[in-house]
Amino acid sequence: MSVLLQVEDLTVNFALRTGDLTALNGVSFALNEGERLGLVGESGAGKSVAGFAIINLISKPGYIAGGRVLFQGEEISALPQEAIRRIRGNRISMVFQDPMMTLNPVLTIGTQMVETLQAHRDIGPSEAAAIAADKLRKVHIPSPEKRLRQYPHEFSGGMRQRIIIAVALLNDPQLIIADEPTTALDVTIQAEIMDLFLELCEQSRMGLMLITHDLAVVSETTEKIAVMYAGKIVEEGRTGDVVRSPRHPYTQGLIAALPQGEHRGTRLNQIPGTMPTLTRIPPGCSFHPRCPHVMAVCARREPASLPVDYPGGGQGVVACHLFDPQRHDE
Amino acid sequence: MMNDMNDAPSAQTPPILSVRALSKVFDISGGLLDQLALKDGRLRRVKTTVKALNRVTFDIAPGETFSVVGESGCGKSTLGRTVIGLYPPNGGEVYYGGQRIDVLSPRQMLPFRRRMQMVFQDPYASLNPRKRVAAILEEPLRFHHPELTAREVGDRVKEVMEQVGGDVQWLTRLPHEFSGGQRQRISIARALVVDPEFIVADEPISALDVSIQAQILNLMMDAREQRGLTYMFIAHDLSVVAHISTRVAVMYLGSLCEVAPAETLFAAPRHPYTQALLSAIPRLGKKKSGHVRLKGEVPTPIHLPTGCVFHGRCRYADERCVREIPELLEKDGGTHVACHGVAEERI
Ligand SMILES: Nc1ncnc2c1ncn2[C@@H]1O[C@H](COP(=O)(O)OP(=O)(O)O)[C@@H](O)[C@H]1O
Ligand SMILES: Nc1ncnc2c1ncn2[C@@H]1O[C@H](COP(=O)(O)OP(=O)(O)O)[C@@H](O)[C@H]1O
Ligand code: SF4
Ligand SMILES: [Mg+2]
Ligand SMILES: [Mg+2]
Repeated sequence: MSVLLQVEDLTVNFALRTGDLTALNGVSFALNEGERLGLVGESGAGKSVAGFAIINLISKPGYIAGGRVLFQGEEISALPQEAIRRIRGNRISMVFQDPMMTLNPVLTIGTQMVETLQAHRDIGPSEAAAIAADKLRKVHIPSPEKRLRQYPHEFSGGMRQRIIIAVALLNDPQLIIADEPTTALDVTIQAEIMDLFLELCEQSRMGLMLITHDLAVVSETTEKIAVMYAGKIVEEGRTGDVVRSPRHPYTQGLIAALPQGEHRGTRLNQIPGTMPTLTRIPPGCSFHPRCPHVMAVCARREPASLPVDYPGGGQGVVACHLFDPQRHDE
Repeated sequence: MMNDMNDAPSAQTPPILSVRALSKVFDISGGLLDQLALKDGRLRRVKTTVKALNRVTFDIAPGETFSVVGESGCGKSTLGRTVIGLYPPNGGEVYYGGQRIDVLSPRQMLPFRRRMQMVFQDPYASLNPRKRVAAILEEPLRFHHPELTAREVGDRVKEVMEQVGGDVQWLTRLPHEFSGGQRQRISIARALVVDPEFIVADEPISALDVSIQAQILNLMMDAREQRGLTYMFIAHDLSVVAHISTRVAVMYLGSLCEVAPAETLFAAPRHPYTQALLSAIPRLGKKKSGHVRLKGEVPTPIHLPTGCVFHGRCRYADERCVREIPELLEKDGGTHVACHGVAEERI
C-alpha cells in the first residue's frame, strides 16, 4: 500500500495583536491510498485549520509556521500558490458543512460544474456537461440532465450536499477532505450521505479525510482515527482499536461520556471543565487540568507522541506521559 | 374527564400534563399583496398556512422524562411552546394537573407559569446580554414570589447557582463572559430558581460539545432526582434520548407516529418511520450496516399529504394509507402507534 498523504509536524499560527496563537501544534499523520481517516475533536480543537492547512488554504492572519505536507510523495506545502491551486479541486477536493460555501446561488448547478471542470481541463462545454451529469448520477441524483439546469435553492439540504460531493468528484480526486459534511443534516439524510461516501471511496479507491465532532459517525465509516485536543493529535490508531480500547485519557473520557444504550438513566461519565481556548493553553500536557490520571510531570513537560499497542496487536500513537517508559525517573 | 377520551395514551398515575388533539397552524401569508393570486381567471385572496401540529395527543406522568424526537421542522419546538402556553393552539386542549390551561387568561395562567418552565437550545440567545447573572436569576424569583425578602431572594439564587455547578462569583458577570456549557447551566438555574414542577427543555444540549453535553445531562438528571421534576425533553440526538427518557414520542410532519416506553421503542420500533429513524442512528464501534432507506423527501407542512402524513415515503403504504388518517392506537407494552399497517397487523 502506498502513502497518499503524509502530514509532518504541521503547525499553524494566527498572528494577532497580542502575539502569535498556535492553532495547530505539530500535527503528524499519514493516509494510504484509498484509506479513510477520521479527524475528531470538540469545536475549536483545530480540525478545520488542519484541513485547510493541508491544501495550503490558510489565510491571514493565519500562516503555516512549520512542518510539511506530502501528497503522493510530492511536497505540496512547498509549492507556489499557482501550483497548489492546480491540485485543489483536482487531485484533492474539499466538501464543507455548508454547501453554499461551494455553490453560487445565482448560477445553475450545470454552469458551476462546467466552470469547475474547465478550470482544470481543456474540454468543451458539451463534454464537460456530460461529465457533470455523470457525476450527478454517481451521487444518485435522479434525472441529472434536468437537474443541471436548476439553481441551488431548488434542492433540499440533503440534495445540495450530494451536489457538493458531485462537484468534488468532477476531476476524479484521489483524496476528499470532508469537513463536517453531515453536521447540519438530519440523521436519516446523514446516514445516506455517509453511505454515499463509503460507496464512492470503495468504487474508485479514493482516500477520505473525514473531519467531524461525531465519534459515532467516524467509527462507522473510517479505518483510522486521529483525536485532536487543543491543536494537537493526542491519539491515533485503527478505528476499531481506538473506539474499543482508547488509551489517551481524553479519548477515554470522550467515549465514556457518550450514552451507548447501556446503564440507561444513570449519570454519564463527564470530563470536568472545558477545552482551553488557544490563548490559555495550560503548560505541559494541555489536557492535564481535566485529566483523572494527572501526574506532576504532566504540568511541567509536553508529552511526546509515543507508540502504543492495543489489545489484539494493533498499533497507534498517544501523546501522554502515562505511556512514557522513562516516566518513573522523574 | 380525560380518561374517557377514546384511544388516549394512558399512564398509570394521573398525568401531570395531558395534551388532547392539539393543533397549531402558522399563517405565513404575509401582507395583502402577497396573498393575492389568480385562480380560475379571478383574483383571489389565498392564505398560506403551515400545519405545524396535527391533533397531537399524549400524557406525561409525574417524574417522567418524556422525550420528543423527529427531524428538524417536524414540530417539536412548536409542541413545546404550545404546551407551555407560549403559542395559543388552534385546536385541542392542554391540561396541567387536571386543569385545562390553554383557555386561561394571562392572569389565570400566572401560577402555571411558575410551575412550568422552559430551557432553550441556544443559551446565547435566551439570556439577556445586558443583564448580570444575578439579575437574570432574581427577576423571575421576585416576579413569582413577591413575598420574599431581598435576603431570601439572594439566598435562593446562591443555592440554585451551586446546584447547577456554578460559582457565586458568576453572579456579578455578564452572559458573554461564559462558555456555552456555563451559559446553559445559567439557563437551567433560571428555570430552577422559581421551583418548578415541569420543565420543557428544547434541545438543551444540541449546541454543546460531547464532554459538556454529559455535564449538562447529569445536571438535569440530578435536578430531576432532587426536586422530583418532570421533563418534556426535545432532542434530535437519539442516543441521548435512549439514555435519559422514560417514554419517547416520535413525530413526523406535525403528527405523532409512535409513543412508547423508551426501552420498548429502541428495542422494537413499530411505526415504519420510527424504524427508519432508529436504523439511521450512527453507533459507536459498529460497522455501517444497511439502514432503512426512505424514498423521496419530507413534504412541506404547507401542503400536508392526505391520509397518513408518511404514506409518500412508506414502503408499506396502501390505498387506505393515502385516504385515511391513522389514529394513535394502543398496542401491547404501553406502545401507541399511528399506522394502518400496524393496526391491520400487516407490519
Ligand atoms: N481566522 C482566525 N483567526 C484567529 N483564530 C482562528 C482563526 N481561524 C481559526 N482560529 C482559531 O483556531 C482554533 C481552531 O479552529 P478550528 O480549526 O476551526 O476548530 P474546529 O474545526 O476543530 O472546531 C480555534 O480556537 C479558533 O479560534
Ligand atoms: N413562528 C413561526 N411562524 C411560521 N412558521 C413556523 C413558526 N415556527 C415554526 N414554524 C414552522 O413550523 C414547522 C415546525 O417547526 P418547529 O416546531 O420549529 O420544528 P422542530 O422544532 O421540530 O425543528 C416548520 O415547518 C417551521 O418552519
Ligand atoms: S399508515 Fe400506511 S403509510 Fe402510514 S406508516 Fe403505516 S403503513 Fe406506512
Ligand atoms: Mg471546524
Ligand atoms: Mg426546534
